[in-house]
Amino acid sequence: MLAGAGLGSKWYRFRRHSTPYILVVPALLVVAVTVFYPIMWAVSLSVHKYVLYEPKDTPFIGLANFRQAFADPVFWISIKHTGIWVTLIVSGQLLIGFAAAILLNENFRGRGVVRSLILIPWITPSILAAFMWRWMYNVNYGVINRALVDLGILSHHVGFLSQADLALYAVIVVIIWAGAPFFALMLLAAMQAIPEDLYEAARVDGASAFRRLMHVTIPLIAPTIAVTSLLRIIWVANYVDILFVMTHGGPGYASMTLPVYVFIKAQSALDMGYSSAMALILGIILISIVLIYLSALKKLEINTR
Amino acid sequence: MRSALIWVPSLTLVVLTIFPYLWIFLTSIKPEAELWSPDFHYLPQRITLENYVQLLTSTPIARYFVNSTIVASLSTVLALAVAVSAAYSFSRFRFWGRNFLMTLFLVIPMFPTVLILIPLFVIMRNLHLLGSYVALLIAYTTFVIPFSVWMLTGFFAAFPVDLEEAGMVDGCSRLGAVFRILVPMALPGIIATGIYIFIVAWNEFLFALMFTAANTRTLPVGLYSFIGEYDVHWGLLTATGMVVTIPVVILFFLVQGHLIRGLTAGAIKG
Repeated sequence: MLAGAGLGSKWYRFRRHSTPYILVVPALLVVAVTVFYPIMWAVSLSVHKYVLYEPKDTPFIGLANFRQAFADPVFWISIKHTGIWVTLIVSGQLLIGFAAAILLNENFRGRGVVRSLILIPWITPSILAAFMWRWMYNVNYGVINRALVDLGILSHHVGFLSQADLALYAVIVVIIWAGAPFFALMLLAAMQAIPEDLYEAARVDGASAFRRLMHVTIPLIAPTIAVTSLLRIIWVANYVDILFVMTHGGPGYASMTLPVYVFIKAQSALDMGYSSAMALILGIILISIVLIYLSALKKLEINTR
Repeated sequence: MRSALIWVPSLTLVVLTIFPYLWIFLTSIKPEAELWSPDFHYLPQRITLENYVQLLTSTPIARYFVNSTIVASLSTVLALAVAVSAAYSFSRFRFWGRNFLMTLFLVIPMFPTVLILIPLFVIMRNLHLLGSYVALLIAYTTFVIPFSVWMLTGFFAAFPVDLEEAGMVDGCSRLGAVFRILVPMALPGIIATGIYIFIVAWNEFLFALMFTAANTRTLPVGLYSFIGEYDVHWGLLTATGMVVTIPVVILFFLVQGHLIRGLTAGAIKG
């Protein structure tokens, strides 16, 4: 605008207007090639029979993959487990993260150290988190069983990952452990952005610590809670790694969630058509949940911007 | 009274978070026999490095380490170049479609991983790219771009545009102004974003499991493969776990201040 202002040529104006777009194009291109193009492929795969070890036999079969899903009992079990999985994990992470954020919002020596240490699970490879908890949950030699028996809480060792009624919940604990610190960090940042004079004013009015929490802190961080929870719901609903490595959805299908089922169908059964159809169903369910969630926020008048 | 109210929960929080790491460390320095002994001790009765020696001498861990370093470094360079460019555009220009594009980058991470992974696997297979670094590079760059763009846009927007304009008056080209003025100022933020990208690529498991072959396996896939090959040899697995995790923990602590600020910028704006 400065060096070439005197030129005023068409070429110059074109360059000025196109610069921001040219700069965005590479990022957009990468994303288009690896997100939108594959999703179009997924749509196409979902209406074909496409099993990798029968590469010659890929006829168009319409909605047969979707009909197969609705008739597949494991699909329904997985959906039910995904619901339990998301509800327990997100509420667990929110509660623990909120408590931790209130704690870290106090000024005390070593606060920075605590804040950094509790973030380590967030940077831990999911595969390692899965293995270390598998080892700690081990029936005969795991530290959790030993400690619970030593403390007198359990009378005998429990197969946390091998018992059908426990496996899903044992993995849920791991994901809460891994994700709560990050939740705490987000809520803490929002709490620290609250101007101190609001608390002062509340104190002058004689509000107790509890009332200050209920009437100052929570309303002001509500948008952050709402947005962070939504992002978590989506992320947790799509999550595969730790559950896949810890239980493979088992024993039987006792801890199978929909994304894990989709992944196993693709990875071991190599049934790309069927798994794409189920992945699309998962995507549609999630979009619906996001839309319902956002409209509920609007009704509650929580402003997410 | 107040200090107990803070210290007791803080300590509980830290212990619950850190204990699993302590436990795998203790497991990794216990002799194998001790792990399976009915006579249980929390602390090792004899400290040994045999698991680490076995890991380094009789497994392809060095190969996996090199693969992970290559993939994570290249992803960082590639994603950072693309993201810095887009973030510069978002923070320095007001243009038609800007809000739409920024929202697009926000929405992309919401697509189910499996919905992208499965067709991408088929595409890579058709292109004969399975087993090459390229497949992972493309996938990881896409993963991290949305978040990196947002983080960098925040970092860049914090610096007034006046300095760059002054530079351009003094005869710098726009590119010169970016590299001589903006980039040096925003360097801590750029480094923090780069390390975020490196950590994501270093840790990623699902895509790596589908896209790598025996000679291109990254550390997480290598660790996963040990479970079959070495059955459940927990001493070796926990030693591997230490080797995989320590580099990212060091990197994280180098930049955690900037990284935390970048990550939480959205929460504050909210």
